[in-house]
Amino acid sequence: MYELAYSRPESLTEALALLAEDEGAQALSGGQTLMPVLRARLAMPSRLVDLQRLPELAGIRLVEGGIEIGAATTHAEVAASAHVRAVLPALADLAGGIGDPAIRHRGTIGGSIANNDPAACYPSALLALGATVTTSRRTLAAEEFFTGMFSTALEPGEIVTAVRFPACQRAAYIKFRNPASRFALVGAFVAQLPSGYRIAITGGGHGVFRWREAEQHLDGGGAMAAITEDMLDLGHFTGDLHGSAEYRHHIAAVIVRRALSTLA
Amino acid sequence: MTAMTAPMGKFGQSVKRVEDSRLITGNGRYVDDLVLPGQTYAAFVRSAYAHARIGAIDISAAEAMPGVVKILTGQDLVDGGLFALPSGWNLNSVDGTPARVGVHHALAVDTVRFVGEPVALVIAETRGQARDAADSVFVEYEELPAVVDMAAALGPDAPQLHPDIPSNRAFTWDIGNAAEADAAFARATRRVSLELRNNRLVPNAMEPRAINAEWRAYDGSMTIYLTHQNPIGMRLFFMMLLGLESENHLRVVSPDVGGGFGSKAPCYAEELVVAFAARAVGRPVKWTAERTESFLTDAHGRDHVTTAELAMDDEGRFLGLKVHTLANLGGYISTSNALVVSYMYATMLCGQYAIPAVHAVVEGVYTNTCPVDAYRGAGRPEAAYVIERLAHLAAREIGVDQAEIRRRNFVKAFPHQTPLVYCYDSGDYEGCLDAALRLADYAGFEQRRAEAKARGKLRGIGLSAYVEACGIGPSKLLASLGGGGGMWESCEIRVQPGGSVEVLTGAHNHGQGHQTVYAQIISERFGIPMDRITVVQGDTDRIQAGTGTYGSRASVGLSAAVKSCEKIIEKGRHIVGYMLGIDPGEVDFAEGIYTSAATNQTVAFTEMAGAAHAASSFPTDKLEPGLVATTFFDPPNFTYPAGVHVCEVEIDPETGVTEVVAFNAADDFGNVANPLIVEGQVHGGLTQGIAQALWENAVYDPDTAQLMTASYMDYGMPRADSLPEFGLAFWPSPTPVNPLGMKGCGEAGAIGSPPAVINAVCDALGIAHVDMPAAPEKIWRLCQERQEAL
Ligand SMILES: Cc1cc2nc3c(=O)[nH]c(=O)nc-3n(C[C@H](O)[C@H](O)[C@H](O)COP(=O)(O)OP(=O)(O)OC[C@H]3O[C@@H](n4cnc5c(N)ncnc54)[C@H](O)[C@@H]3O)c2cc1C
Repeated sequence: MYELAYSRPESLTEALALLAEDEGAQALSGGQTLMPVLRARLAMPSRLVDLQRLPELAGIRLVEGGIEIGAATTHAEVAASAHVRAVLPALADLAGGIGDPAIRHRGTIGGSIANNDPAACYPSALLALGATVTTSRRTLAAEEFFTGMFSTALEPGEIVTAVRFPACQRAAYIKFRNPASRFALVGAFVAQLPSGYRIAITGGGHGVFRWREAEQHLDGGGAMAAITEDMLDLGHFTGDLHGSAEYRHHIAAVIVRRALSTLA
Repeated sequence: MTAMTAPMGKFGQSVKRVEDSRLITGNGRYVDDLVLPGQTYAAFVRSAYAHARIGAIDISAAEAMPGVVKILTGQDLVDGGLFALPSGWNLNSVDGTPARVGVHHALAVDTVRFVGEPVALVIAETRGQARDAADSVFVEYEELPAVVDMAAALGPDAPQLHPDIPSNRAFTWDIGNAAEADAAFARATRRVSLELRNNRLVPNAMEPRAINAEWRAYDGSMTIYLTHQNPIGMRLFFMMLLGLESENHLRVVSPDVGGGFGSKAPCYAEELVVAFAARAVGRPVKWTAERTESFLTDAHGRDHVTTAELAMDDEGRFLGLKVHTLANLGGYISTSNALVVSYMYATMLCGQYAIPAVHAVVEGVYTNTCPVDAYRGAGRPEAAYVIERLAHLAAREIGVDQAEIRRRNFVKAFPHQTPLVYCYDSGDYEGCLDAALRLADYAGFEQRRAEAKARGKLRGIGLSAYVEACGIGPSKLLASLGGGGGMWESCEIRVQPGGSVEVLTGAHNHGQGHQTVYAQIISERFGIPMDRITVVQGDTDRIQAGTGTYGSRASVGLSAAVKSCEKIIEKGRHIVGYMLGIDPGEVDFAEGIYTSAATNQTVAFTEMAGAAHAASSFPTDKLEPGLVATTFFDPPNFTYPAGVHVCEVEIDPETGVTEVVAFNAADDFGNVANPLIVEGQVHGGLTQGIAQALWENAVYDPDTAQLMTASYMDYGMPRADSLPEFGLAFWPSPTPVNPLGMKGCGEAGAIGSPPAVINAVCDALGIAHVDMPAAPEKIWRLCQERQEAL
């Protein structure tokens, strides 16, 4: 790690000011992505602005039609939340399957979506459920928020404050684990919303995306079992040591079918 | 005297490890915990290239940075008289010429040969400053083509790593009898053959390598704190390579050691450089590897490519075996690797079978990869994998059951002289097989297979009947094979006036539970509670001699301990004889009490200890005061632990994911001193072996020779939740080669399990072979082929 300054602001206003006055400053949430990067000397921020204690980013609240989760909420808190279990059990399951206990007790939903790792779990839930992201400046639909691998609509100095999800009992997430990292080699979040089926795939390599062909197939009354990778553009997938594009493409269809079968 | 409420040790009892509460409550003391007065810190500048010529090294910017004390390059080390790293084993090629050992400078001098090879060292006031300055050392590299694949490295177009070593071949070594093997093959009516790869592994000890070295200019002596499996052996290496005057000028201390698995047995470049640096700067220098450094430079394990052929008659009786192995050495020959790939490997190729004619050839090949050395099992897992995969194929070829083919070929009488130097000490292979089959409910397997099929899963069962060699010795045999001898272990027992006992051993605990087992065994012998016994280890100023811990050789050290106990007890008999005025021959000793049947008098062990020191109750011209005994035990033979592992897997044909759903093992470790510890060792070994078969794999980019699996993001470590409940049974045939009848258990799990897993995978898929690791995509593709074939 290079030498850097560290601040722990008490309010969102103070955090925003710290980020605004120093171009090299960077937000720190659970540190489960950022700290390994810093330790490996792959980034050189001049200052870390710790968001963990900001009251504006804390808490899980039931809201009209759904649930709102503060950006600094840890994966473990989401997994254990009675509110989340009640209105959106699939999200609690997803959070409970991220990394290992140590990571779940530090890593946060805000950090996860701001990072938008192409193998992360949360982005698929946001996309499939049509969640909205509230930042220090605006409210964005998930589709607008995620703009490609490791990239989001966030502007410099902008902070994610909360994520709002609709209630949904008919939803499921399956992560096909990378055998080494246990990130998603491929992950699929499926949901049946009043507007129809929504399917989001993570782990393809280019960033989270919706499998619209399969959604249309289901909305048109097609059978779950008839969903195959032939309906899925291979171009969404890249390969690495742990799985070729072709393999990931195949697995995506398998886990979508399996996730859907749990809804029935 | 304290009240005897503390537990008494007993051989064979599951005593909880006495060292654990200290270690798991954060009270362990590791090398990195130690800060010396005037401490400085070191950081290495490492090559990002796998193969390159080193040009100019510009240290001027780095030297000017805050806190920098000194910067050393390879040339500085050569100029300062540091010797190159040795190969610790003299191996001769078939033609009688010695192995060609590429010169291994501790800091690369003109060429780097693998990614991560150290090129320069920065010493600074803080760890951060050292690291900052290391980033500012500019090294000019002229990149050279790199080679990873062994066949390619031997080929005509390969880049040559070492100037005088054509074809990158260090040696072509053989064992057995080629003519006899040929004759057996000519006679045989059936044969099976196989080409397989034993995948390269990264050891991943929890505590990374670390050293803190302190030089005292006033008397030219040095103290080195080092995380290592063999501090006493390292004293000799440091003394020779640094050119110190004598052993007395060097103290090596290994405090708590957080795991080794073999990777803390070699003499490494980095540690030598740091010791050299401490002398150069006259202040203590400390280095602790970062995890990336561990991945890149801790000696890797395995990495063989082997072709093997087994000749049989029509009933499947094994007649002959031929094996040809390419062993990847990496860029240099690491300390013990010439031994590991030869006598630790090929000698064990017959496994549990009476195969009359064998010939094996091993070619050692240099590639642009991290040097390879001993890793849990060291050669024996590679051998077990070859013969147990062949046995599986043999059963298929003959059309008999996996268990039956083994039964037909087992060695049945002991001692058994193999055609490959070694002589198996004892065993009951068939009894052990039956024990394993019972444990695994082998008879009920087909029903489980059918039940799995109904769930859409392919279930398979695989056996592995391994035998290995532990308790390495005798010294003379090892010296005759190319080693330096010295394969004994020593144990000094000091009984204090108050009756407490200090045990000094040259074996070095780094997770094996020595503190507990030594105390347990000595407690029983002396009849005193375990907490009165302290085990002292890992400090060359306190232990006079020893050979460290590797190769499951606790039986050697414990044998020395037992013999020292006998000497103490015998001396006690004489002391008590004087005390009671009777002949020592009439003094009995049991459960901590000396008794005289004739006079009905008793003397407790502790009273005797007091008397030994008071020296007032016996004539000191006839009997020396004090109560100390030392034993050097040189085992007359290796011990040969053996066992049968039974693995059941279920494969999801839609995803290719293989799950180990059951794993049972019956093992012959001879007598078991502490079943709890032994089971723990087996659990760990099985986990590492299953992990090799399914997840772990060190992968180098074939073109650039960059290590692609250099972190836990890409290197598949096993997790507890991926493993089944293990079923274990002991089937002991005590060894006659040591007084305790113990054989050793540390590596067995990692030796027997990989072939059991792969045999199960092959059984599930109905295929002849798949290379490790049986990763999901690979298995999925095999499932696709299988589907098409149906
Ligand atoms: C071994 C391991 C396994 C893992 N496995 C999984 C897995 O299976 N699935 C999965 O989804 N993830 C996994 N993760 C990632 C983990 O979920 C991280 O917690 C998460 O990606 C980042 O969250 P964080 O709170 O730690 O963010 P940090 O590391 O603190 O920050 C990450 C990035 O987001 C920025 N940032 C943080 N908070 C905000 C905010 N509120 N507004 C704007 N920018 C912000 C930071 O500046 C930084 O750039 C794993 C991580 C590890 C180390």
